Amino acid sequence: MYLLKNVTKSYDQSKRRVTALSDVTLEIPTGQMVAIQGPTGGGKSTLLQMLGALERPTSGTVSLGDAELSSMADARLAGIRAKEIGFVFQGFNLIPTLTAQENVETALAPMRLSATERASRARKALESVGLGDRGNHRPAELSGGQQQRVAIARAIVKNPAVLLADEPTGNLDEETRDEIMELLEGLWRDQGLTLILVTHDSAVAKRAQRRLHIKQGKVTEKK
Amino acid sequence: MFGTYLVRELSNRRKQTVIIAIGMALAIALVIVVNAVSAGVRNAQASVLESIYGVGTDITVSQPAAAPGEGDMAGPRFEFGADDGTTTDGTTEISQSRLMAGFGSTTFDASALETVLGVDNVAAATATLSLTNTSFSGELPDFTQMQGGGEGGDVMQAPPTGGADGAGGSAFDVNSFTVEGVDVAGTAVGPLTAATLSDGRAFTADDAGTNVVILDESYATSAELAVGDTTDIGGEDFEVIGIVSSTSADATTASNTYIPLDTAQALADLDGQVSTIYVQATSADAITQVQSDLEEALPDATVNTQADLASSVSGSLSTAGDLISSLGTWLSVIVLAAAFLIAILFTISGVARRTREFGTLKAIGWTNGRIVGQVAGESLVQGAIGGVIGVAVGLLGVLVVNRVAPTLSAGAASTAAVGPGGGPGGGFVGGPMAEQASATSEVTLQAPITLPIILIAVGLAIVGGLLAGAIGGWRAARLRPAEALRSVA
Repeated sequence: MYLLKNVTKSYDQSKRRVTALSDVTLEIPTGQMVAIQGPTGGGKSTLLQMLGALERPTSGTVSLGDAELSSMADARLAGIRAKEIGFVFQGFNLIPTLTAQENVETALAPMRLSATERASRARKALESVGLGDRGNHRPAELSGGQQQRVAIARAIVKNPAVLLADEPTGNLDEETRDEIMELLEGLWRDQGLTLILVTHDSAVAKRAQRRLHIKQGKVTEKK
Repeated sequence: MFGTYLVRELSNRRKQTVIIAIGMALAIALVIVVNAVSAGVRNAQASVLESIYGVGTDITVSQPAAAPGEGDMAGPRFEFGADDGTTTDGTTEISQSRLMAGFGSTTFDASALETVLGVDNVAAATATLSLTNTSFSGELPDFTQMQGGGEGGDVMQAPPTGGADGAGGSAFDVNSFTVEGVDVAGTAVGPLTAATLSDGRAFTADDAGTNVVILDESYATSAELAVGDTTDIGGEDFEVIGIVSSTSADATTASNTYIPLDTAQALADLDGQVSTIYVQATSADAITQVQSDLEEALPDATVNTQADLASSVSGSLSTAGDLISSLGTWLSVIVLAAAFLIAILFTISGVARRTREFGTLKAIGWTNGRIVGQVAGESLVQGAIGGVIGVAVGLLGVLVVNRVAPTLSAGAASTAAVGPGGGPGGGFVGGPMAEQASATSEVTLQAPITLPIILIAVGLAIVGGLLAGAIGGWRAARLRPAEALRSVA
């Protein structure tokens, strides 16, 4: 379960102070599917980074289960990200020089598994997203939808508790968008993940159990 | 994962890898060639010095030549009486030889040897006397016959006869060669330690005070002398008992001839005098202390170490040495610095281009250490590739140098010996004002390859790679994952 208490995030941008999140208090129970919507620059990505242990709040606290993320050392945060949190990015963010299989294996590198175990788990993850036969393809040899599937396989291969998706369908056509959403929903349902996704797309947001709206750093529940 | 990622990245950035590797290879090859040639020059210098000063000599003690006084400008003087020479068919043949202290050298009391041996950390010492034998020979017309032509001008004078040309002319030869008076008891140091006996025998203690001579092989060949022959030194007959050659293939020995020290002193009328003391220290570390103590004990003497002696090597060998030590070294340093800089800049630029990649890796749990290790590993391999190519190119360069085997002339200023050059038929060499004598020889440059040179070169390549990797890795580690991802967005 995520618990954010009075979280404020400010940073300096071109000689002016920007407040991306302002006194946000939020609770996200384990296993919930949450969509975060809002205008560009409203603080969606900052909130997602806070949940993903990529940023620390300027003030307030962020907890994931028993772990207090806002005061944790960098190395321990990296450990949390390595084990507990999976990320899916709008631009897929696959490493272009590595094959699909190797891209998925990068998520297992911090876990000190044997090469055989790593390869086996990566192969299963690719199979679970329907790309069992594309393991040897490099990202450039795959379609946008397939690349996003590889990114999802990379996110879930370590069996995380949380899957964070930043505009996961933003670069995809409608048909592919639906395929990806079905895949994410299936994983959320089957693996009991907490799925938090940021999206501009109302069709995507409507699939979530809970919708949050963020504007000028303030989070509100959307019915 | 580390290896796979590394190989994929390097093969994907082939152009960058090739540029870094070429830069590093060039630098490493230069380091190898410059070091090898430098070692070759040092060996050649040592070879030249050994041929003059002997093996194991750490220090030489000599007396600086005094400034010539009034009337000292005259060379060896040969005086002939009216009845000297033998007259045959109107031609009188005269011949005389003189043995005197070597040109440019000054003799000093042999008791200095005892002083030297009394200095701490002196392992061995021996004294020598450097002499020059100068002979004057020629043909003159028989003047007594020429004077019998008549007086008062009323009788027609007979045309001159006799002499070198049969018409009253004269011809003279002036020859000189070097003579080294050495301790026949044999010591660990001295000029003969760098010589190999090629024929006959070496000196024994029984040779003291006798007229026996050992010849330098080159001199023996040019003078057409062999073991068992007799040669004139200082007007006395000496039996040739041995022939020696330099241990260095390209150099001659320190002197044309070697005779017992006491014989040399007696013949040159220099009893109790020596011109050089060769000193061996107990260890290399003791050389400075021994030099200092000797300078204190013998304030009038010139005390030279091997380093001082090395600076006396002149000729194209010296020029090559200077070129290598200045231009070669600086060129290596500059190319090495440029190669390091190229590697660093390319690595930093690579990190900047891979900002999103590293941001993503951090987001999925990679620690800074793992990312730094990845970047450093890539740079290290690039450096190592350059190092391996550089070692190969460097070895090829050294092979070319050794195949070309440039011949360098080397001269070493010496107060101890006059080198060959004053052999039979040679010109008359100066007088007391003559320049300090110089032994010259041709030395073939051979650049040795040693394991330490290769290890240093490979080490430099690894250091270059690590430096680039450390700087690039530090840049990558400083990227905050959120910022790295945001910067792309």
